[in-house]
Amino acid sequence: MNPRTLVLSAACALLAIALALVSLSVGTTKLPVADVVQALLGGGDGGTRLIVLELRLPRVATGLLVGIAFAVSGALLQTLSRNALASPDIVGVNSGASAAAVTVIVLAGTGGGNISGVAARVGIPLAAIIGGLAATAIVGVLSIQRGVIDAGRIVLIGVGVAAAANSIVAWLLVIGDVTDAGRAAAWLAGSLNARTWSDAIPVGLAVLLLLPVAVAFNRDLDALVLGDDVASSLGVRVSRVRIALLVIATVLAAMATSGAGPIAFVALVAPQIAQRLAKTERPPLLSTALLGALFVTAADLVARNGLEVLQVGPYELPVGVVTAAAGAPYLLHLIGRQQKGR
Amino acid sequence: MFVENLTLAYSGDKPVVSGLTLEVPSGRLTAIVGPNGSGKSTLLRGMSRLMAPQGGRVLLDGKDIHQLPARELARQLGILPQGPVTPEGITAAELVSRGRHPYRGLFARLTSDDQSAIDEALAAVELEELKDRPVDQLSGGQRQRVWIAMVLAQGTPHLLLDEPTTYLDLAHAVDVMNVVHAAAHTSGRTVVVVLHDLTLAAQYADHLVVMGNGEIAAEGHPVDVLSAELLHEVFGLRATVVEVGGAPVVVPDRRLAV
Repeated sequence: MNPRTLVLSAACALLAIALALVSLSVGTTKLPVADVVQALLGGGDGGTRLIVLELRLPRVATGLLVGIAFAVSGALLQTLSRNALASPDIVGVNSGASAAAVTVIVLAGTGGGNISGVAARVGIPLAAIIGGLAATAIVGVLSIQRGVIDAGRIVLIGVGVAAAANSIVAWLLVIGDVTDAGRAAAWLAGSLNARTWSDAIPVGLAVLLLLPVAVAFNRDLDALVLGDDVASSLGVRVSRVRIALLVIATVLAAMATSGAGPIAFVALVAPQIAQRLAKTERPPLLSTALLGALFVTAADLVARNGLEVLQVGPYELPVGVVTAAAGAPYLLHLIGRQQKGR
Repeated sequence: MFVENLTLAYSGDKPVVSGLTLEVPSGRLTAIVGPNGSGKSTLLRGMSRLMAPQGGRVLLDGKDIHQLPARELARQLGILPQGPVTPEGITAAELVSRGRHPYRGLFARLTSDDQSAIDEALAAVELEELKDRPVDQLSGGQRQRVWIAMVLAQGTPHLLLDEPTTYLDLAHAVDVMNVVHAAAHTSGRTVVVVLHDLTLAAQYADHLVVMGNGEIAAEGHPVDVLSAELLHEVFGLRATVVEVGGAPVVVPDRRLAV
């Protein structure tokens, strides 16, 4: 890791922790940060401990983990396809995961808006992984030209697959019970509202297991950015490495989607900003992960308190609305840049 | 390096190279020339592992290259393909250091061996002063020399280069060919280079291979190989071959409109 990347990672980590502490202290009951820290370290009175550890921490932890998972997924897909637009939210991975998860929400729904424990805890993450992998497989297979995946086609085909998956979602919302559909719609915007540990744990496990594996592929990624032929002549088994990393990227995005809904633009923006700040030739994985955590935590803080600060009302926005508002202009900028590059 | 009865085809199509046998002289510079579509670049891809053969094999010190582990092969055989991707902002030294990939552990830093291979490679292409510059800000000729330094840093006894002088003006092409020639004659590597320019190939090659229709039309020392008859037969070109300083020079006959 070069010094710049190291400083960037440290800065992102510190900021993310600071914002997480702020996030734990604000809400209906305002708590001093010192009390929050005390509760996290095992002290404090019962009421504070309940609010911090059981009501707010699952939400904040889910936000941090989902940010890491989306951002790393984006970094891997962008590096593999050599295209800044190739992130799981653009090329259909999140949409595929969403379509499968909404299928579970709508079809397994009881009509009361709550699905049974097992279906929620295992069904949604599992469905999201299957849906995400299916989308990746379809994009991968359709992008094959002359026996190899053509990086240039991934984005175009991915946008098509995303549209198809989104139309399945729309159809499910129409045929589903109105309460289930409402629940699904809120989830689809990408929300951290009322997250519990059962939302945080699957994405936490994915990050814990897959991030180290992705980091272990760093050298191969360094070779892959030079083109498939060069990487292959440097001894990288290109097809194998690419498939392994595609699966890792997909599972990370799918688990993040199942945990908090398809929060838009984190996977697209975090890797590109990390790359620019670190001045590297591809998104640095660790800095990207921490920047993703920072991005989601900051966006959720705004989503929870933004309207109240503006005195528009006591309502909370879904975090995905805030990330979309921040990320959409950046997407336009990227598209403009790519057009000019032609 | 020995190519034995090699047949290469893109999926489903008829073979681009069919039943080709070639013994590459060790420690020498071999140039492959031929008209467009004659299969010269395909042959080079088949001589590395960038393309799996339909038939035949390529032997490196008696071992089939497809039997060797990928990393082991990458220490024996380096290839610079056409159109490598230069990532935005990467410095020359950083790009050259990527050539050490086959020697590096998962997290290990560059060893002193790695560093001296990188320094030597940059010195060989005479770009030590520009090593901290971003490659995308260098001239076309310098950029190509950085890429050659990358494969030199790979430290392989065998080196394959696919049209390294394409798009370069003559002065830069000569710079590149001097480096390629030194890789064989100073460092004792076995070098195979695909070239477009017949005269350039004839100037530098110890062994010239002329390809036509996926087969070897002629091979040997450039002086013995290049003739007006061969050029007419293989390239459909009417030309006069003259000898200047011990190397043949191709002078095309003009057909001027009256």
